[in-house]
Amino acid sequence: MEIIWLKNLGVYIKDARGRKVMDNVDCQLLNIIQNEFPIVSQPYKVLGKRLKIGEDEVIQRLKVLKSEKIVRRIGAVFDPRKLGYVSTLCAVKVPEEHLEEVTEIINSYPGVTHNYLREYDYNMWFTLIVPDTEMIKAVLDEILQRTGISDLIVLPAVNLFKIHVNFDLCGRTEDAE
Amino acid sequence: MNNIDKMIVRKLQNDIPLCSNPFTILSKEIGISERQLLKRIREMKKIGIIRRFGATLYHRRIGFKANAMVVWQVPKEQVEVVGKIMASFSEVSHCYQRSTCSKWPYNMFIMVHGKSSLECEKVVAKISAATGIKKYKLLYSTAELKKSSMKYFMEK
Repeated sequence: MEIIWLKNLGVYIKDARGRKVMDNVDCQLLNIIQNEFPIVSQPYKVLGKRLKIGEDEVIQRLKVLKSEKIVRRIGAVFDPRKLGYVSTLCAVKVPEEHLEEVTEIINSYPGVTHNYLREYDYNMWFTLIVPDTEMIKAVLDEILQRTGISDLIVLPAVNLFKIHVNFDLCGRTEDAE
Repeated sequence: MNNIDKMIVRKLQNDIPLCSNPFTILSKEIGISERQLLKRIREMKKIGIIRRFGATLYHRRIGFKANAMVVWQVPKEQVEVVGKIMASFSEVSHCYQRSTCSKWPYNMFIMVHGKSSLECEKVVAKISAATGIKKYKLLYSTAELKKSSMKYFMEK
């Protein structure tokens, strides 16, 4: 898969065989549906009208964008706190030789939604979402006990300034390679 | 959150059907009318229960390959102003103030996305200049070990 940036046009992506899998209509569609998915009975028809293509074509394009692993999911992103849940970021120091087993243990919790290795002495960073504050402690105690890790930092958010992820696919002005 | 709301959440946290009338299908599965479902989704958006409704992308696949978490030591009295400046950068997708502890002095966290680490570093230099905050670290991710969307109300 090769990504090609077109000046003032956006991006399209070619796969290994040189097949074009994404064009400017896809870019516009993706820009719109990251934030402005129509909450109406026939959303893909409304999107088609905006893009001057048919409803079937919108659905077909989204099927391709999903199978090409560009679109992960179409649905709602919830605010955990408004659903009564509690979330926090955590980091642990994991010795190199234990990375695999510790990853397996930490990832096994459904409330662990993200987990990344980072270049730092606290090298494993994960987010935890659970139904109440007591469970944060309970899950983390269990993780420490199961992994044998002693160095953990718990860093809940106290103030959110930005949480929006919207990737602009049309506005980039890079030259084609 | 009543039981209907919980059922709505359980449906919408997954992929909605990719067909002409996705909300008709979902409303039937929930056992309410489509009109009721659409109304409740709009309300949930309005009051912030739903932060965003739409597509989530694999950002690495669309050219945003470098992702740096940048942590900053911002003096308490500057947090409000600095947070707003950091959030105003389009390359910054997340900006949080977090608790600190004896082992961790950095109180501001941002995620910077770019095509390369060089691009990220340039943005970070600009943010440092704009805020005057000089104590910071870039923590690049070297592996994504898990990335999933939370499944709410699935506990027994």
